Amino acid sequence: MLEPDTAWRAPSPRLLTLRRLEVGVVALLLSAGLFALLVSRSVAIAAIVAAAALALGAAGEVVAGRRVRSWGYAEREEDLIVRRGVLFFRMSVIPYGRMQFIDVTAGPLERAFGLATVRMHTAAAASDARIPGLAVDEASRVRDRLAELGEAQAAGL
Amino acid sequence: MTESDGWRRLHPVSPVVRAGRAAIAIFFVLVPIVLRGGGSLRDSYIQLGVVAALAALGFVNWFVTRWRIEGDDLRIETGLIRRQSLRFPLAQVQAIDIVQPGLARIFRVAELRLRLGGASGGTARLAYLPQQEAEPLRARLLRLATTGETAPHEPEPIEERVLTTVPTLQLIASIVVSDVGILVELVFVALVVTALLAPAAAAGIVGGGAAELIAVATLVWRRFNQEYKLTVAAAPDGLRLRSGLVALNAETIRPGRVQAVRLVEPFLWRRLGWCRLEVDLAGRQKRKGEGEATRGQLRALLPVGSRALAFELLEHLVPGAPQPERRAPRRVAWKSPLRYRFLGWGRTDAAVVTMTGRIRRVTVWVPLEKAQSLRLVEGPLQRRLRLVTVHVDTAGRALHAALRDRDRAEGHAALADLVALARAARASAPP
Repeated sequence: MLEPDTAWRAPSPRLLTLRRLEVGVVALLLSAGLFALLVSRSVAIAAIVAAAALALGAAGEVVAGRRVRSWGYAEREEDLIVRRGVLFFRMSVIPYGRMQFIDVTAGPLERAFGLATVRMHTAAAASDARIPGLAVDEASRVRDRLAELGEAQAAGL
Repeated sequence: MTESDGWRRLHPVSPVVRAGRAAIAIFFVLVPIVLRGGGSLRDSYIQLGVVAALAALGFVNWFVTRWRIEGDDLRIETGLIRRQSLRFPLAQVQAIDIVQPGLARIFRVAELRLRLGGASGGTARLAYLPQQEAEPLRARLLRLATTGETAPHEPEPIEERVLTTVPTLQLIASIVVSDVGILVELVFVALVVTALLAPAAAAGIVGGGAAELIAVATLVWRRFNQEYKLTVAAAPDGLRLRSGLVALNAETIRPGRVQAVRLVEPFLWRRLGWCRLEVDLAGRQKRKGEGEATRGQLRALLPVGSRALAFELLEHLVPGAPQPERRAPRRVAWKSPLRYRFLGWGRTDAAVVTMTGRIRRVTVWVPLEKAQSLRLVEGPLQRRLRLVTVHVDTAGRALHAALRDRDRAEGHAALADLVALARAARASAPP
C-alpha cells in the first residue's frame, strides 16, 4: 500500500461551495426553464417535470459533495500523489524529476472564489495530474515547491 | 561555442524530389504542350505560367534554405519573406533516419530526418542531401549527440553484426493472414462473387467505394514497402534498421532511447508461431486535432518472425526482460471473459511486462527507468470484484504498460513496488 509520509491534503473548502453553487444554479435554471416551457400545456405536468429536475439537482449536490471530498494530494520526498474520483477511483504518482512544466489556471468562477487549479505535465500524455480548487496562495506555494523539486531531481527522457 | 562549419545548401534537385509525384505529373503535362507548339498557344501559356511559378517557388525555397552544425546544435534557416531560424539541440536527438523515396533514389539524394524528444520536440528534416553525404553526416550527428565531440574527423568503419532479415515470402504470407489482409481478401472475394452474379451492381460498388479501396490498398502497399527486406543489425551505436522496396529507410535505434517494446501475436499468426515486434521511441505527443494515425506509428523491428527470434531482439532492447507469469485472479473472467486467458504481468528490478488482448495477444515491456508516472484506477465494476488496474505511463507515442485487473491488495502493493523501483532505476540511469 502506498502511503504518504505526510497526511493527505485536500482542496480548499471553498471548492465545495463553488461546485454546490454550480450544480444548484444549473438545476434551478433547468427546472424554471422546463416549467416555463410546459406551463402553457398543463400546469400539473409542468410542476411534476420541474420537481423532477429539482430532485435531480439534489442528487447532483450529493454527488458533487462526494466528488469534491474525494480529492486529495500528498507531497512525498520524491514524488507527488494525487487521488480522486468516486465512481472511478484514480491515484496518480508523479515523480518530481519527471515534471516538465506546471500550469496554474483559474477560470472566472474559480477566481471569484479565490481558487486556482495546479496541473503538472510530464512527457507522457497519459499522466494526468491536476489539483483543482486550491486557495490561490496554496496554489502558488505548491507550484513553486514542485518547480524547485523538479529542477533538483530532473531526469532525462 | 566551439568550431562551426560554414553554411551549406541542400542538393539542387531537392524541390523536384520534394514535389514528388506532382513533378512527374507536371512533366507529363509539359511535354505534350512543348511538342505540340502552335495551336492553342494562349491556353498553354497559362499552364506553362502556373508550372513556371511553382518551379520558381520551389527554387526560391531551395535557394533561401541553408543549414550548418553550430557547436551542439543543428541550425536550419529557411523562408524568404518570413525568415525562420530553427535550432535543434543534438543532445535531444532520439533517432536519425535516412529516408529515400523512389524519386530520390533516381536522383541519388537522401533525406536526413532527426527525431527529437520532449513534449515540444519535433522533427528536423534535411531534404535532400547527396546520397553519399547522408551516411557520414548521420554518423557525425549521432556522435555529436552521444559524446558532444564536434571534430569532423573521418568516420571509422563501424563493424555491425546482422541479426535478421525478413524473408520476402514470409512477409507476404504474414500480410495475407493479417487483419487488414483478410479484410481485403474478403472484400475482393465479395466483389468477384457480385461481379459474376450481377456485373452492373459490382461496377456500381467499385465506382462508389473506389476511394476506400484505394486507401486500403495504399495501407497494405505502404506496409509491404516499408517492411520489405527489413534488416536488423547490431552496431556499437545501437540497433540499425534498413528496409524498403521503392523507398529506402535506414534508422538507428540508440540504446536507452526505447520507451516501450510490444510483441503482437494475432490469432492466425499464433497458429503459425509468428509474432511481430515493435518499438516505441520518445517522440512528439499527440496534439489536439491530430488523429490516431500520427500517434499510433510504431517502428517494426521484426515485421514477422518466430518468438525465439523476437526474444533474441528483445534482449538487445530490454536486457533480462521479464515474463508475464503472474496470472490474473479467476474472478476477472466475469469482467473480461475474452481477455482473461491472456492477462498477466511480471517484473524484474529494471523492467515491467504486461500481457493482454482479446483475440490477438499483446505483450508490452517498459524499462522502469522510462516510467513517467504511475496510475492506479478502480472502476465501478472493478470495485465489485475487488480489482484495480495499474498503469505505467511512458513518453512513447502509443505504448504504456497496464497491469489490468489485479487483485486490489496486489495492485496497491505493485504500485508501491514499481514507484520505488522506477525511482531506483532513474537514479542509476546515465543522464
